[in-house]
Amino acid sequence: MKPMLNIALPKGRLGEKVYGMFETAGFPCPSIKENNRKLIFENDEVGVRYFWVKPSDVAIYVERGAADIGVAGKDILLEYEPDVFELLDLNIGKCRMAVAAKQDFHDDAGRTLRVATKFSNIAENYYLSCGRDIDIIHLNGSIEIAPILGLSDVIVDIVETGTTLRENNLVVIDTVVPISARLIANKSSYKFKAEAIDRIVSGMAKQVEESV
Amino acid sequence: MTQPLRDIGESILFSLRSLYGQHGYSHYKMNKFEEYDLYARNKDFLISDNVITFTDGNGKLLALKPDVTLSIVKNSKDCSDALQKLYYNENVYRMSKGSRNFKEIMQVGLECIGKVDDYCVYEVLKLAQRSLDVISRNNILSVSHLGILSEVMDKIGVPDGSKAEVLHLIGEKNLHELGSLLGKLGVCDESIDLLRRLLNTRGRTDEVLLKMGELLRGVVSDDTMAHFTGVLSPLSSEKNLSIDFSVVGDINYYNGFVFKGFVEGIPTSLLSGGQYDMLMRKMGRSSKAIGFAVYLDTIEQYIRKPEKYDVDVVLLYDGTSSLSQIGEAVQRLTADGESVLSASVLPVQIKYKRLMKMQNGRVDIIETNA
Repeated sequence: MKPMLNIALPKGRLGEKVYGMFETAGFPCPSIKENNRKLIFENDEVGVRYFWVKPSDVAIYVERGAADIGVAGKDILLEYEPDVFELLDLNIGKCRMAVAAKQDFHDDAGRTLRVATKFSNIAENYYLSCGRDIDIIHLNGSIEIAPILGLSDVIVDIVETGTTLRENNLVVIDTVVPISARLIANKSSYKFKAEAIDRIVSGMAKQVEESV
Repeated sequence: MTQPLRDIGESILFSLRSLYGQHGYSHYKMNKFEEYDLYARNKDFLISDNVITFTDGNGKLLALKPDVTLSIVKNSKDCSDALQKLYYNENVYRMSKGSRNFKEIMQVGLECIGKVDDYCVYEVLKLAQRSLDVISRNNILSVSHLGILSEVMDKIGVPDGSKAEVLHLIGEKNLHELGSLLGKLGVCDESIDLLRRLLNTRGRTDEVLLKMGELLRGVVSDDTMAHFTGVLSPLSSEKNLSIDFSVVGDINYYNGFVFKGFVEGIPTSLLSGGQYDMLMRKMGRSSKAIGFAVYLDTIEQYIRKPEKYDVDVVLLYDGTSSLSQIGEAVQRLTADGESVLSASVLPVQIKYKRLMKMQNGRVDIIETNA
């Protein structure tokens, strides 16, 4: 029996797009397209097992070896710093991690900057690199309202089209880092399943090149 | 028979101790505590920089050891014309990444300090391989060389301030970001391609050594290549050895060979080591050193299957049997290799294979779960 390659896919539209790339790379699993609530799908013939997980959990599944490979956003990789291989930038799910503030915001360098964010680690590292003294306010959602209600001076969050910011009278004042989906692998799995993983990497790299 | 809880870790530990002893490594026993200052001065050498500290009766700030190598180096004699071969098994205390709680980790390892020549390096690599064999036959020892990576980085013009970031990306096999970082640093496309090819070189050790020799001619000094090839060539027939430059370490501490050991089914490396001459210099030593550690807690966690039963037999007795009759029944069962818990009432939340009852000196099976 072929050893199974376990692949963690992020639930949602990005995951469906990513599955399409795996399929094109020669690792199909037709049952994944059935309309049901199953989360795990196998194709014994090809030797793959896909499972849908919350996008922010993909890196944990891979780091802990429950999945051999997976696709996670660069934001998650920077925030949690999992000990994994980052094999390919898939060039999809593109957005940016940005600093935003009210339109009339002026950064008074003489006082501590209050930063509201879901991404505390990224924000801390960014402001550390700027040498700016900050106070992190960790929030789990609706970050945009923090400056409006006076909870923070700025926010650090993912910006895709900028619509939510505009509707809340916020503007991007700086880009922290560009974000896109990355193919990641468990460091131990890669040693023992290198051939299959390399085939996936080259199959997907070809698609990325063609899309540029 | 139900295995005692620590069986696997302990049997591996005994095998490793005996392996190291056979090769002339002597057992090194150290204090539980160490002065905190040692770790404060060498924070970057530690896997986790959080240390459990406390003040002793004399007002001295002490720490529970987060690492063994630093203590061994501190306490070793600085003899560049002699050799010390030591092994240890000690508990270290580190913060686990996910929970932010401290964990006690049992670690066994060896250090070779002093006049370390190519044979010493070869022997340590061989012992690392054999340590992995003790744990599982399905293992891989991934070997890299920081001397080679350093010389390549110098040759292609990576500034000192960016070397740590470049090594971090190499450690992630993150070739896409590595390419763009090197581009920003003004490294030419040809040099970026050279580094990419070096990182992608894989296959049988003898073939990889040949390919590397061609690729790095004129880039890496003849001495470094001769040392690398000289040590690895005698190991090239080992199918479990792989040359993989994604194994990296901090160049402020490590130089030469660095390596990590993996076992199929365990998601993290369970053996880690390297040549740490730079640490020796930082600690004012002129001699050389190489060593590795095996993380036994990782092995316990992944190799030992969860026990289905707490005990083989629960033997319930009442007032109708004499103490010697109960004692003899327990002895008979244990002589057959079974574990026996004897009590007058059924203990709570215990899983057993068989429940037996003893009445008037007679033992009857009243429930079987196996």
